[in-house]
Amino acid sequence: MSSNTDTIRELAQQEYKWGFVTDIGEDRIPKGLNEDIIRLISTKKNEPEFMLEWRLKAFRHWLTLEQKQAEPKWANIKYGPIDYQSIAYYSAPKQKPNITSLDQIDPEILRTYEKLGIPLLEQKMLAGVAVDAVFDSVSVATTFKGKLAEVGVIFCSFSEAVQKHPDLVKKYLGSVVPYTDNFFATLNAAVFTDGSFVYVPKGVRCPMELSTYFRINAAETGQFERTLIVADEGASVSYLEGCTAPIRDENQLHAAVVELIALDDAQIKYSTVQNWYPGDKNGKGGIYNFVTKRGACRGKNSKISWTQVETGSAITWKYPSCILQGDNSVGEFYSVALTNNYQQADTGTKMIHIGKNTRSTIVAKGISAGHGQNTYRGQVKIMKDATGARNYTQCDSLLIGDQCGAHTFPYIEVKNSTAHMEHEASTSKIGEDQLFYLRQRGLKAEDAVSMIVNGFCKRVFRELPMEFAVEAQKLLSVSLEGSVG
Amino acid sequence: MSLLEITNLHVRVEDREILKGVNLKVDAGQVHSIMGPNGSGKSTLAQVLARREAYNVTAGEILFNGKDLLAMKPEEAACEGLFLAFQYPVEIPGISNAYFLRSALNAIRKYRGQDEMDAMDFLPKLREKLKLLQMDEKLLNRSVNEAFSGGEKKRNEILQMAVLEPKLAILDETDSGLDIDALRIVAEGVNAMRSPERAMLVVTHYQRLLNYIVPDYVHVLVDGRIVRTGDKKLAFELEEKGYDWIIKEEAVTA
Ligand SMILES: Nc1ncnc2c1ncn2[C@@H]1O[C@H](COP(=O)(O)OP(=O)(O)O)[C@@H](O)[C@H]1O
Ligand SMILES: [Mg+2]
Repeated sequence: MSSNTDTIRELAQQEYKWGFVTDIGEDRIPKGLNEDIIRLISTKKNEPEFMLEWRLKAFRHWLTLEQKQAEPKWANIKYGPIDYQSIAYYSAPKQKPNITSLDQIDPEILRTYEKLGIPLLEQKMLAGVAVDAVFDSVSVATTFKGKLAEVGVIFCSFSEAVQKHPDLVKKYLGSVVPYTDNFFATLNAAVFTDGSFVYVPKGVRCPMELSTYFRINAAETGQFERTLIVADEGASVSYLEGCTAPIRDENQLHAAVVELIALDDAQIKYSTVQNWYPGDKNGKGGIYNFVTKRGACRGKNSKISWTQVETGSAITWKYPSCILQGDNSVGEFYSVALTNNYQQADTGTKMIHIGKNTRSTIVAKGISAGHGQNTYRGQVKIMKDATGARNYTQCDSLLIGDQCGAHTFPYIEVKNSTAHMEHEASTSKIGEDQLFYLRQRGLKAEDAVSMIVNGFCKRVFRELPMEFAVEAQKLLSVSLEGSVG
Repeated sequence: MSLLEITNLHVRVEDREILKGVNLKVDAGQVHSIMGPNGSGKSTLAQVLARREAYNVTAGEILFNGKDLLAMKPEEAACEGLFLAFQYPVEIPGISNAYFLRSALNAIRKYRGQDEMDAMDFLPKLREKLKLLQMDEKLLNRSVNEAFSGGEKKRNEILQMAVLEPKLAILDETDSGLDIDALRIVAEGVNAMRSPERAMLVVTHYQRLLNYIVPDYVHVLVDGRIVRTGDKKLAFELEEKGYDWIIKEEAVTA
């Protein structure tokens, strides 16, 4: 009928441009999950005893959870049973065992990152951004290490941190997300293979953006990475993660854990541009993105800020949260989640106010197109001693077409009467009148849609580091791209 | 060749015939006014010209610049030089007025095979038009029409017209919601844009606006038909006697 309706239909036919497979030698262990596999992973990574023990404790706990069928079921998402025995828990690109410089990396992998727009060779890098690249289960490159070391910042793969900084790892690992936390976090603790590690020492402002780029390449594997970021007293750091995966018909599991720790007067800004393969337009394939992210504002006046742009994955299940323990600490959550075709997202945050005068801000923008289902789930908890706590929550949904859905579940629990809570929510449809107005001024229908969507997300994009704000904007447009009939 | 040539236009909305055979010719350089009581189909005509799809054209033909307007999408009509100042301008949250205007101008320039304009070249041009309409520069950084007063919205429409420099400008009830000072400023803006290459179609319910924007022709639309055409004196007559007079005469001659 009308071409506005056509545009909306075309939106359901976006293409995924990052879906290629890299042909490289692969070192993988057999499928399946048992104690021997855990030991094998630990051996391959040459881990100290404490790591193996921690993994085994987690694994034994996970078995009890599995027996109790404790896989979380409360989220507003639907998927068939996952066979945890049919996943290979370790896959690494074959390469020389000890890489000392970037030119020892398999050129195929370098080319992959080039194709993704993430050049790993330092001279080609975006000025001021250090990158760690995780390919399947392991980290293949971390750039700008030397420059960071000059100011004492540690930025390396998790594996390397375990070898070189075991005391720091031992002190902080699992201190925000314990191995008993939830089904997927427990699984991660048992089988995680790599991830990034950041330590910013006292009083240091990290001189550049840090970034990790995750790529799942191999088939029938899961990706279980773990990121740990510690900002010591008075330190500050801004960190960004991005991710993509090839197009595959089967669903692949990504169960990551991120722990952030901010001590007195420290600040951590954590941004995510998540673009895992979302499945095809009929909902076949795609990544299950089941992720536990949590930050502890342990010290007074500390601040943790999460910004996420979630456009990929068949299913997203994640709630980047803040535990506001230190007095005057601040937690922020800025989120854009887009679901198109048959994607499902159940995402939001938890803000737990423990210290006095703690403040939190939540801005969540959900966009649903095609048959996408988008759920915001948030919890704000003001504990008894959190005198003077404040929360501001804004939660907006934008619907494109009439086959999709938006849902919001804000939970509020207040145990201190001095708390100050503000909540705003809205649901709107991309109106035919808005589209017509923009088209009457000469904009093509798809450009009009992407302008409206970008306007809707502006409050969140503003929080992203500059280079990535532009990226995110483009990504949204591509995710909504469609030629007009 | 006329710039706009409407022949026997019939339009339905949801099974109701709203326009029942409209004929109209507009030449470049002319200003035509369409007047008529509420609900007579003025906005419908304006929206059909701008190619809004909710309206179902059941018969008739429209040539714009010699091209088949009814075959165009809204953005094509816009790029061909047709501009509609909306009766109810729409809000676009999160998109600055300046960015929106430049995007629109560049979309049109691209269609015409011209280079896109960067912000450096665009801003001076924009400021100059802003001055013409006595608009606050702050409005450029605010989201399109969001939290604009009624008068600001209408002025913003004329600002867009001034920047996009259309061949045919259709103004739908641009006077409604304007106080007398704002009306004068808007009219001055519009008059500054009169030129031998440009035509205007001024849709209005009241004669008031026509004191400031003096039309070459006045057409009276009643119940989906143009029942009378005259010059500006017809507008005064309508002001004095109301529409009932014409409707009654129509009934007699019909
Ligand atoms: N989108 C629409 N849906 C239903 N009815 C409409 C629509 N647009 C206009 N109409 C009807 O068409 C008639 C003419 O409306 P309109 O063109 O807005 O008149 P005017 O601008 O002269 O006041 C009115 O009866 C109005 O209710
Ligand atoms: Mg009207």
